Amino acid sequence: MAGDPTSSDRRRRRRGRRRDALRLSRLYSFACGGRPSFAGDDDRAASAGSRIGGPGFSRVQLAGEGQPPPDHLAASTSNSISTTKYNVFTFLPKSLFEQFRRVANVYFLLSAGIAYSPLAAYSSSSAIAPLVVVIVATMIKEAVEDYRRNQQDTEVNNRRTRVFKDGAFQDARWKDVRVGDIVRVDKDEFFPADLVLLASSYEDAICYVETMNLDGETNLKLKQSLEATSASLPDDDSFTGFGATIRCEDPNAHLYIFVGNIEIHGGQGDDHQHPLSPQQLLLRDSKLRNTEFVYGAVVFTGHDTKVMQNAMKVPSKRSNIERKMDWVIYLLLFSLFLISVVGSIFFGIATGDDIRDDGRMKRWYLRPDDTDIFFDPKNAAVAAVLHFFTAMMLYGYFIPISLYISIEIVKLLQALFINQDIHMYHEESDTPAHARTSNLNEELGQVDTILTDKTGTLTCNSMEFIKCSIAGTAYGRGVTEVERAMAKRKGSPLIADMDSGNQHFQPDEGKPAVKGFNFRDERVMDGNWVNQPNSQVIEMFFRLLAVCHTCIPEVDEESGKISYEAESPDEAAFVVAARELGFTFYQRTQTAVFLHEFDPMSGKQVDRSYKILNVLEFNSARKRMSVIVKNEEGKTFLFSKGADSVMFERLSGSQSAYKEVTQQHINEYADAGLRTLVLAYRELEENEYTNFDKKFTAAKNSISNDRDEKIDEVADLLERDLILLGATAVEDKLQKGVPECVDKLAQAGIKIWVLTGDKMETAINIGYACSLLRQGMKQIIITLDTADIITLEKGSDKAATIKASKDSVVRQINEGKKLVNATAGEAFALIIDGRSLTYALEDDTKDMFLDLAIGCGSVICCRSSPKQKALVTRLVKKGTGKVTLAIGDGANDVGMIQEADIGVGISGAEGMQAVMASDVSIAQFRFLERLLLVHGHWCYSRITSMICYFFYKNITFGVTMFLYEAYTSFSGQPFYNDWSMASYNVFFTSLPVIAMGVFDQDVSARFCLKFPMLYQEGPQNLLFRWRRILGWMFYGVCSGVIVFFLSASALQHQAFRRSGEVIDQSTLGATAYTCVVWAVNLQMLITVSYFTLVQHACIWAGVALWYVFLAVYGAITPSFSTTYYQVFAGALAGAPSYWVVTLLVSAAAVVPFFAFAVAKSWFFPDYHNQIQWLRHRERAHPDPEASADVEFGHALRQFSVRSTGVGVSARRDAAVLRRVNGGATTQVHHAADSPQQQQVS
Amino acid sequence: MRTFRTHFSYEALLELRSSYTCSSVKTDSKFTQQELPACKPILTPKWVISVFVLIGVIFVPIGVASLRASQQVVEIVDRYDDACVPANVTDKLAYIQDKSIQKSCTRTLTVTKDMNQPIFVYYQLDNFYQNHRRYVKSRSDDQLRDKSKAAVTTNCDPEATLNGKPIVPCGLIAWSLFNDTYNLILNNDNLTVDKKDISWKSDREHKFGSDVFPQNFQQGPLIGGKTLDPNVSQLSEQEDLIVWMRTAALPTFRKLYGRIHVDLKVNDTITVHLENNYNTYSFGGKKKLVLSTTTWLGGKNDFLGLAYLTVGGLCFFLAFAFTLLYLIKPRKSGDNNYLSWNRPPVGR
Repeated sequence: MAGDPTSSDRRRRRRGRRRDALRLSRLYSFACGGRPSFAGDDDRAASAGSRIGGPGFSRVQLAGEGQPPPDHLAASTSNSISTTKYNVFTFLPKSLFEQFRRVANVYFLLSAGIAYSPLAAYSSSSAIAPLVVVIVATMIKEAVEDYRRNQQDTEVNNRRTRVFKDGAFQDARWKDVRVGDIVRVDKDEFFPADLVLLASSYEDAICYVETMNLDGETNLKLKQSLEATSASLPDDDSFTGFGATIRCEDPNAHLYIFVGNIEIHGGQGDDHQHPLSPQQLLLRDSKLRNTEFVYGAVVFTGHDTKVMQNAMKVPSKRSNIERKMDWVIYLLLFSLFLISVVGSIFFGIATGDDIRDDGRMKRWYLRPDDTDIFFDPKNAAVAAVLHFFTAMMLYGYFIPISLYISIEIVKLLQALFINQDIHMYHEESDTPAHARTSNLNEELGQVDTILTDKTGTLTCNSMEFIKCSIAGTAYGRGVTEVERAMAKRKGSPLIADMDSGNQHFQPDEGKPAVKGFNFRDERVMDGNWVNQPNSQVIEMFFRLLAVCHTCIPEVDEESGKISYEAESPDEAAFVVAARELGFTFYQRTQTAVFLHEFDPMSGKQVDRSYKILNVLEFNSARKRMSVIVKNEEGKTFLFSKGADSVMFERLSGSQSAYKEVTQQHINEYADAGLRTLVLAYRELEENEYTNFDKKFTAAKNSISNDRDEKIDEVADLLERDLILLGATAVEDKLQKGVPECVDKLAQAGIKIWVLTGDKMETAINIGYACSLLRQGMKQIIITLDTADIITLEKGSDKAATIKASKDSVVRQINEGKKLVNATAGEAFALIIDGRSLTYALEDDTKDMFLDLAIGCGSVICCRSSPKQKALVTRLVKKGTGKVTLAIGDGANDVGMIQEADIGVGISGAEGMQAVMASDVSIAQFRFLERLLLVHGHWCYSRITSMICYFFYKNITFGVTMFLYEAYTSFSGQPFYNDWSMASYNVFFTSLPVIAMGVFDQDVSARFCLKFPMLYQEGPQNLLFRWRRILGWMFYGVCSGVIVFFLSASALQHQAFRRSGEVIDQSTLGATAYTCVVWAVNLQMLITVSYFTLVQHACIWAGVALWYVFLAVYGAITPSFSTTYYQVFAGALAGAPSYWVVTLLVSAAAVVPFFAFAVAKSWFFPDYHNQIQWLRHRERAHPDPEASADVEFGHALRQFSVRSTGVGVSARRDAAVLRRVNGGATTQVHHAADSPQQQQVS
Repeated sequence: MRTFRTHFSYEALLELRSSYTCSSVKTDSKFTQQELPACKPILTPKWVISVFVLIGVIFVPIGVASLRASQQVVEIVDRYDDACVPANVTDKLAYIQDKSIQKSCTRTLTVTKDMNQPIFVYYQLDNFYQNHRRYVKSRSDDQLRDKSKAAVTTNCDPEATLNGKPIVPCGLIAWSLFNDTYNLILNNDNLTVDKKDISWKSDREHKFGSDVFPQNFQQGPLIGGKTLDPNVSQLSEQEDLIVWMRTAALPTFRKLYGRIHVDLKVNDTITVHLENNYNTYSFGGKKKLVLSTTTWLGGKNDFLGLAYLTVGGLCFFLAFAFTLLYLIKPRKSGDNNYLSWNRPPVGR
């Protein structure tokens, strides 16, 4: 094989390519092995090494061609996955089981059981038909969903990869990959299984991996194979005859741990075991990036892989409404039970009476002397008990069987509308809103508290280089969002022109905006910096920006444009800024960076290269990052950038003349909500560097526990006596429309808590920017950064520190509460940091903390960990019992998204993990406004009306049946024909109510947004109070009574036609049924407030269907239609009294409610009624100012804008108030509502 | 065992992937944006009052017409269950059950108003539960319709078989067939009671077979009611049975007995020779003989007309009341105080 010319050619080509391979790994000298890990993981990893072969670490497998997987793994070696809930065989039992976990369905199953016993009140098939329809419909839905999952699985299972077989890498499907196979994965491909990295296209066997699908992080991670494997496996052909034994842990869900070892067979005496770590593990579903290809040995396949072990279903959440609905169902079941008992007692008495004491029969025509157990007068008690079951089946129409399925259909359609809303579609990213779980739609209309992440949610997570201070001169004329907000806050005259001006500052006319760069200053742009007095410093400043980083450039071959792959958006912003200012970083090799520099001497672009000697990585302890480079002249420099707190103390005292000015600039920048970094450099002497390098290498190679500290120590020695260049300011941009959205949400009475990992200053700044904080708001700040605590912490007594901290937090909370209680009517803001939060969230203090927080207008928790975010969410959810909504975009928000009642994921830049855990995903924070105020409100009002109506219509129907029972001595004879009863829920009454659930709008979208207070109907649950539910139920009872008594009294024993025929059971039943169908559908006319053609069609179709049913059902053979044979065509249609009674009864059933609705809307209007009135008046008087209704319109406008503690309008209110107090008397409300008007109209 | 440590949904991931591959086509139609043209009714005074007035305007005339129709009906009702038992009988039940006694009885009815033909003759029973489930179920439709299914007597117990042979028609309904008879004499002339076509045509033609003949009917130890007319053989001609077997909805009911095709004048006297056979004494039911004319609306029942007038009147009243309220106390919908929840928000 080796002699084969083509194969050796190929080998040569590979080698050729390998020659350009870089030693990029050095860039990440610190990163290697230092990936984030949980504390628990570390412990596990530390102890696990020695346990290979022990329990939990028992896996032994061979790798290489033709190495069969060991027997005990044979079963689990398939790499095909299945995420379906069911398969062909389990579908029926499993899905049926799921169905019958609902109480209502169990009840219907039981009554179906009764239907097949002699207890049946009516024919068994018609009793079970509705249940079958409902169950089948739900099962079809399940099956379709599962089929879609199956399709996706198949797609994944059939993806292609290359497996080493018969001496070459051959195409194979993912599902055919087996444990022990050697696979080759090329650039930008996904790994088909968990692999042990054997070798890569890079000479030092590294590769870059993007793990976005696993943890949501978009930055690249570095993996490196063992020297032992990479050395012997240079290319495709070297795998012939390769064999190895891998011993490792059993499959588990820990993404950041892998313990095992590898033993290569038949090597050059090199048979001992090499330890494997997570550094060699390539996880399924992560992607190979920036690396030509890798070779890997499969260790875990299919469901054994870490990603699949981690897979879990999003915990299913049920909405409040549905939980309450269950209670209503219980209530109905109870009343069903009750009337069955009552009916049975009467039945028992009547039956017992049938044979008198003297042995004579009373109702002889029933033959009580010769009867079965069900009607036996001698055993009346038994008969009564048995009758109870009959009654339970008979009155089953009290329970709306189709309620669940109807709600599911409606919610699904509602979700489709949410997904389709063009106003929640983000064009730039082509992302529509996506309701991922439809069962929470109506909960969106009930949100009381929003817990929001900051970065990526309120802000764009795109950093923009906006200002800098170089050599004591501040550059950059851009106005930040925060500055604008602050200008507003100060009530400066800027307000007017800011509002009239554009939302976003345009960098330069005609010049396209550059992502990450919003810097404008003619003094330094376009090469003008050369003329600045400190041009040397400026040059160095820009150079540092272009060199001191770990970005990787990507040159688009077509356009020649350079983009950067960076670990953090800040870094990218710096490199972009350097590029825009004339220092273009265009290439990185393993040892050097290459720049196009603007040369001030020649005024031309020159190419320069800097040899990179060391990279001293950034970490949270060091708060700085440095590179050591050698320029073309052979001079060695240390370039350093870092936080002002650490950098200023490292400056050399003498040379940093403009230190103070710079500090002042930094403070200004921080005030404006910008992220600042200090840049400094230093030239190194030759011997100084050699000395350092020696120590640094020694530290790096040490394998003791304190290796990292040693490295830090060595670096620390070098990073001293720096020369200050200046400072940078990067803006964490607020997302578009955030302040306005926050304002609207505040107007809607929704509380907004910001939970962020940022430091307090940044958080407060952002708070100002989005109007959560404003001047004049009392800030209650709870922090542990007080002098005494810090002193304590420096000591060693941990217990004392903890106690003191706790006491301090408790004290601060109490003080805050006193303050809030003392001064009512003022707005407070609570700001708490992560460390204090730890104590505040402890069991004995959390209620106190919650109390305080509820009393405050806005709450900001800064420096909070993901776990704290989740805990705070839980505290609010459990503590207040209100609906919470958590919104976030990153992996760190997943906890709170899952904890909250509703999780909203921002499908933004930070990966997909938040979205995957969420219930609804939107592209931008501002869409929350429409999602909640419009769709949330609609869904809430629709679903509640729908459920109430469902109860109403079934109770109406059930009551007529119950009343009829009273006239049959409770014998269990149904009023209506079997099949007509079965069709009631399915055909005659279901369409309009579904149409209402999908299409109804109590208030149009425009008015929902115009009157955000309307939203409060949801959080206060005004539309699903017991009062309303019971009201509808009571109304159902009334309707039933009216329908039954009117139709029974109007059609008594007299003839009902000219030809003298009298009414009988079937004709009276059919008439009453007609009245019920009419009444219930006419009721819909009053209930619905938005009549589309669809709605009309559904209502009239419901009624028409009944007549069609009567005609068709009555026309088919009497052996099927039984009592309804010819009942319409033969008897009813020709009788005027039938039509006259129908008109009377249906009107009489609806008029009371109509009168009630009128009275309510006139004298006790709900908020949405009032808005309907306003809309009506507005339409009547297109020009409200000119009409007589000015006062009315003004009044409503006035209360459309509620005075709130937070938000832009509150800020304006406050500003105006201040002005008023200063002298001039202005209409406060007028000032408050005018911007509102501009905005909505 | 699986550990769910990192919260992560593979399912969701797959879904995402697929949703990113097929780019969603954004359609901005009125339908998808929920902006379909629609009527948004609002309960304005004008609208409300006109609706009420409209209902009133429609209902009152209908009520008047119905009431008139009901008033036009001439109805003679004669209760005879008590009167037809000789005064000396103390145990009415024993009397009625005694087959040996001839239970003839004569009643005299006076016509109160002119009655135009056709005049319908009904018998009315009270407190008779024809709608009792045991009773309603106790029949075999198959058997009644189809000669070959004579043996299908499910649900017919205890009147299903006699000596192992099926009873046709089986069941309690047929067994308890009403067996009082009326002979009407007007001014010494026999009034012919036409018993043809007193049942529903659909019943005669499709529910009772023309080739089905009674078997073993009323021959058991306990005889319930009438035996079938021996003059006609097939069930489809047994109209009394067909009428009887159409079970009544309520415990008080009338059944058509026949028609008289003679006009009756006011103060005419009708002598009724009746045979009082049917046992309603055991359950305290009344028996009545009813002669009635009909109108377009059927028989005599003022309820419908009165109900119409009531509803119509109520609507007029409501229209009036709401007008008054509107004039006296015009609603102020801009008033915040209507909002029960409009209390000052906490902490704001």
